[in-house]
Amino acid sequence: MIQLQSISKCYQNNTQAFDALRNINLDIKKGEIFGIIGPSGAGKSTLLRCVNALERPTIGNVFIDNVDILTLSPEKLREMRRSIGMIFQHFNLLSSRTVYQNIAFPLEIAGMSKSDIKTKVLEMAQLTGLENKLEHYPAQLSGGQKQRVAIARALISGGKILLCDEATSSLDPETTRSILELLVKVRNKLGVTILLITHEMHVIKSICDRVALIEQGEIIEQGETAEVFANPKTDTAKRFVYSSLHIDLPKHLQQQLHHTVTPDSLTVLRLWFLKNTAKKTIISHLVKRFYVDINILQASIEYIHERLIGIMTITIQAHGDKLENCIAYLTEQEIKVEVMGYV
Amino acid sequence: MFEQLVIATGETLLMTFLSGFFAIILGFPLGVFLFLTKKNQLLANKALNHVLNLVVNIGRSIPFVILMIAVIPFTRFIVGTSIGTAAAIVPLAIAAIPFFARMVENALLEVSSGLIEAALSMGATTKQTIFKVLVPEAMPNIIHGITISLITLIGFSAMAGAVGGGGLGDLAIRYGYQRFDVAVMLETIVILVILVQLVQSFGNYCLKRLH
Repeated sequence: MIQLQSISKCYQNNTQAFDALRNINLDIKKGEIFGIIGPSGAGKSTLLRCVNALERPTIGNVFIDNVDILTLSPEKLREMRRSIGMIFQHFNLLSSRTVYQNIAFPLEIAGMSKSDIKTKVLEMAQLTGLENKLEHYPAQLSGGQKQRVAIARALISGGKILLCDEATSSLDPETTRSILELLVKVRNKLGVTILLITHEMHVIKSICDRVALIEQGEIIEQGETAEVFANPKTDTAKRFVYSSLHIDLPKHLQQQLHHTVTPDSLTVLRLWFLKNTAKKTIISHLVKRFYVDINILQASIEYIHERLIGIMTITIQAHGDKLENCIAYLTEQEIKVEVMGYV
Repeated sequence: MFEQLVIATGETLLMTFLSGFFAIILGFPLGVFLFLTKKNQLLANKALNHVLNLVVNIGRSIPFVILMIAVIPFTRFIVGTSIGTAAAIVPLAIAAIPFFARMVENALLEVSSGLIEAALSMGATTKQTIFKVLVPEAMPNIIHGITISLITLIGFSAMAGAVGGGGLGDLAIRYGYQRFDVAVMLETIVILVILVQLVQSFGNYCLKRLH
């Protein structure tokens, strides 16, 4: 549906050049919710704007439905943009227009008749839950309602792609959840392909099928969301994943943690239960089989895009060979083991 | 005397609103182009922007009393004479055009650039972006600018009166100042205050109607 091929964007001013994007390749499938996450200034916004040619990459091609949009004439490009909706962090609604007139705007500029516009707006208002707000002005709406109007406006032209630019970043958690639910709903009902950028890992965690991590203009990791969560490879990925999982060690333990073994130290392990192992009695089996003392510091179950992941942090009284045997046993049980240090 | 006050008020109103009319008709597109040719805007054009800025700055840097005299040949060319109410309208309009253009430019600058981006992302043409997004969104500030321009013109028109333009300023100087007629002086002041109040109230009313 959307293919970005070796996209680079270089900003040039009088004295220096700045690479905002470097050799980005993405292939986003039809009906998919694809998330791009990265720290601010990583180039997410620029990348998103390349998809509807609001930004033109210095090098590279952007294919939408196999059409290279960068080669289109201005008129054809405008036509193409009508099939690519976009929503923003600050909603960008027209304050001088009512909700109805805002939603109708794309159809109005496309020259559609008033009666056709009305049918479509009412339909879209129902889908987004705005039936009772049509005569309101944006100033009278809450943030969540404004984003709903923006979503209705972005999809009214019957577009098959929705670009989301930090769409939930200025909303409270409750509202964020309802907007994310709406995005999933429009994907399921209308078959819209959604490309979103965010700096919030929980957005990725709750709705994205796949995720790409971007840092300093480069994609450093991408894959199925659950996969990236379970096996983050780069430090940035780990940072993002851990920050959203709330699995930091308690402060006092973190301070005591060291990386050299002493005879009486305990080993701190983080166990990732990635496969469905709920019915196996792994921990108690480990205790009995290796005669080790185990203390559970922390345990949680995370839903990552409809998949369950269990995470447990333990201390274990074992070193050397014994520890290695324990780890080997756990790995055998399809548990990912991370040695965090010693206390 | 009453009759003279009525005539003078009429002349002031004529000068203010006619020059205001021309200032809006010509200043509005000038302001829009000042904005559009700016860096990163829809019709970004460095050279044109420089020229427009220069023209506006020249217009705004000449004190009105001097401008009035400096444009006399032009005034003569346009209205055939350099004295009287009709002749005063020319320098008044010339002074108000760049003033109002800046107001329009500033009003457009207040519109969030995100709105322009949103309009473009929806496939709007440049023309649609200007007339369906930028101008409507800037309208409250443009109305504000019109009010301020008209009030400034009332003040300027009193000055124009001093050099033979007629109106309340002329009356105040001839009777109030040169003949020490304090009553006429006070009456003209009261009328001017009322005029300014009316324009301001009308501006506020329009703003309210907008929402």
